[in-house]
Amino acid sequence: MNIVPYLIRGLATGGQFALVAIGYTMVYGILKLINFAHGDLFMVSGILLIYLCANFPTLPIGAAIIIMIALTVLIGFLIEKCAYSPLRQAPRMSVMISAIGVSYLLQNLVSYITGGLSKQFPDIPFLSDSVKLFGVKDKLAVFLSPVAAIVLTVILVLIVNHTKFGMSMRAVSRDFETSQLMGVKINRVISITFAIGAFLAAVGSILYFAKNTGINHMAGSTPGIKAFIAAVVGGIGSVPGAVVGALIIGVVESLAKAFGLADFSDVISFGLLILILVVKPTGLFGEKLTEKV
Amino acid sequence: MKETFWEKNKRAICNLALVLVLLAAVIAIDLLAPTTSMWFSVLRKVFTFALAAVSMNLLNGFTGLFSLGQAGFMLLGAYTYAIFTIPVELRASVFRNYGASLIQFQMPIVPALLCAGIVAAVFAFLIGLPVLRLKSDYLAIATLGFAEIVRGLVQLQNFGPLTNGPDPINKFTAPEHIWIYALIAGTCILLIILIVNSTYGRAFKAIRDDEIAAEAMGINLASHKQLSFITSSFFCGIAGAMLAMCNSSVSSVSFTTSMTYQILLVVVIGGIGSISGSMIAAFIYYASSEWWLKFLDLETYTAAGARVPLLGPGFRMVVFSVLIMIVVLFFRTGIMGTREISVYDFFAKLFSKKGGAAK
Repeated sequence: MNIVPYLIRGLATGGQFALVAIGYTMVYGILKLINFAHGDLFMVSGILLIYLCANFPTLPIGAAIIIMIALTVLIGFLIEKCAYSPLRQAPRMSVMISAIGVSYLLQNLVSYITGGLSKQFPDIPFLSDSVKLFGVKDKLAVFLSPVAAIVLTVILVLIVNHTKFGMSMRAVSRDFETSQLMGVKINRVISITFAIGAFLAAVGSILYFAKNTGINHMAGSTPGIKAFIAAVVGGIGSVPGAVVGALIIGVVESLAKAFGLADFSDVISFGLLILILVVKPTGLFGEKLTEKV
Repeated sequence: MKETFWEKNKRAICNLALVLVLLAAVIAIDLLAPTTSMWFSVLRKVFTFALAAVSMNLLNGFTGLFSLGQAGFMLLGAYTYAIFTIPVELRASVFRNYGASLIQFQMPIVPALLCAGIVAAVFAFLIGLPVLRLKSDYLAIATLGFAEIVRGLVQLQNFGPLTNGPDPINKFTAPEHIWIYALIAGTCILLIILIVNSTYGRAFKAIRDDEIAAEAMGINLASHKQLSFITSSFFCGIAGAMLAMCNSSVSSVSFTTSMTYQILLVVVIGGIGSISGSMIAAFIYYASSEWWLKFLDLETYTAAGARVPLLGPGFRMVVFSVLIMIVVLFFRTGIMGTREISVYDFFAKLFSKKGGAAK
């Protein structure tokens, strides 16, 4: 059996999860919050593009995509301002519950607007074209996603490690209060982090939904949860870790399909999650933290 | 002698009286309400999820272990109950896609309920061994993953003769009377209250408040966490069996993570760490989502014939989730905080206000 096509397919799906996984991992790194609403934000950005294209047929697709990305970033920013920032002093569990509430709200809102029906993602020229690479025939978006994920990650890592903003981000994730005392404007850092996460989710949603074209209000939950597993496997809090984790999850699921275990693919990725949590809870690239009394 | 007994137990006795009054009310509704009444379906759900919420509260509110595996344990309970209570002669028709059912006997309701709890508890024991070493978020993720694994495995064709694969299981015994649901949930919740007030319960609370201090005081963290996890899952399994009864059909697709989230939201609305709060919240949550707010889903027209804006399918859930967000953001302690209902204190306060100086 030729395993190469499965590996290529696995890397491609992994790349699609990677962009979402970065959003989880960055927010966790700074706020120590599992942003359960991130997968739903991903779904909302797909729905936004559908409605933009349907309601403004004269709008060129490129402009629609730019407006969609801007709106998604705005929504991500507003979610943080309305649902997480009032709870800054609250116990971590409250913020997590608030995130679950936001996820519930987004799903119900989209279900109300779409009437619970599945909507068709528009054809994007170029991205939706079928191509054949390494013996695998699929849409160009699929092959582009791991490349996009890696390029964006490199840019992000450069920002985090080599700019002043990146330094303040690292400071906030290390110690909230001390960095505030040192003059870091933590609210601004957190807002920008959420905006970057939302931007990546929007880019990821274009690549993901160009392949999986039907979107309903639950469409964000599977990629959301997969991306989340990826973030944990790679070590939540680490940006390159999230990408590596996503590629691993993609390849593992694809190999499961290759060996006729397609029904087990979800079970295998969750099994991998629990295995990693038990053996190395901080993930492949996570930093070890000791508890101070 | 009698004085001291009353003095010692007055709060428990008064609360018991309240429970009896409520039980009488349930029986009255059962006998008097017309069969089409919304009370039936709503109260069944309320009792089921009251038990699920209280068992989650035992773990999250009293022991401080943030677990999100409830849907998985409820699924195990629901499947166990359903599989054991299908009448033997109907088994062939339920499992028609898989030849025959693996199990060829039928259990009465009570042993089947116990089995539902025990199966959930056994799985909790096995999964608890590795997973309970994890802290807060990581524990939540791992248990969430466990619930998804269970849901994935149950649907597999290979387990067809046991679980009917992806097809729903139905035709099992499901009691009609709501007082039966009240009795099951009531008994289980009473047991949980007894646990919470025992030495174990105090140890749980100590672990919640400060793990390191609790360990220093000689509490065995691992065994107490394990115990709390197993107990909570046991009652979760029973709640799952009750859910199977209310729906009279079991299908793994309904036990999603959003079901766990729903139970969590009930616990939060009621107050994390308050058993009576969870019960009140379960009533408010399901009565409003299934009944009182139903009108929001209907397209309504005014007398003049104009359509009332916004109302339509799905609007109920939008309003509902906004209400939940308001509770989560602005009323973080929920309805009861960590307090419990006390009928005695309520009346004592009432009379002392009227009587003036009475203490």
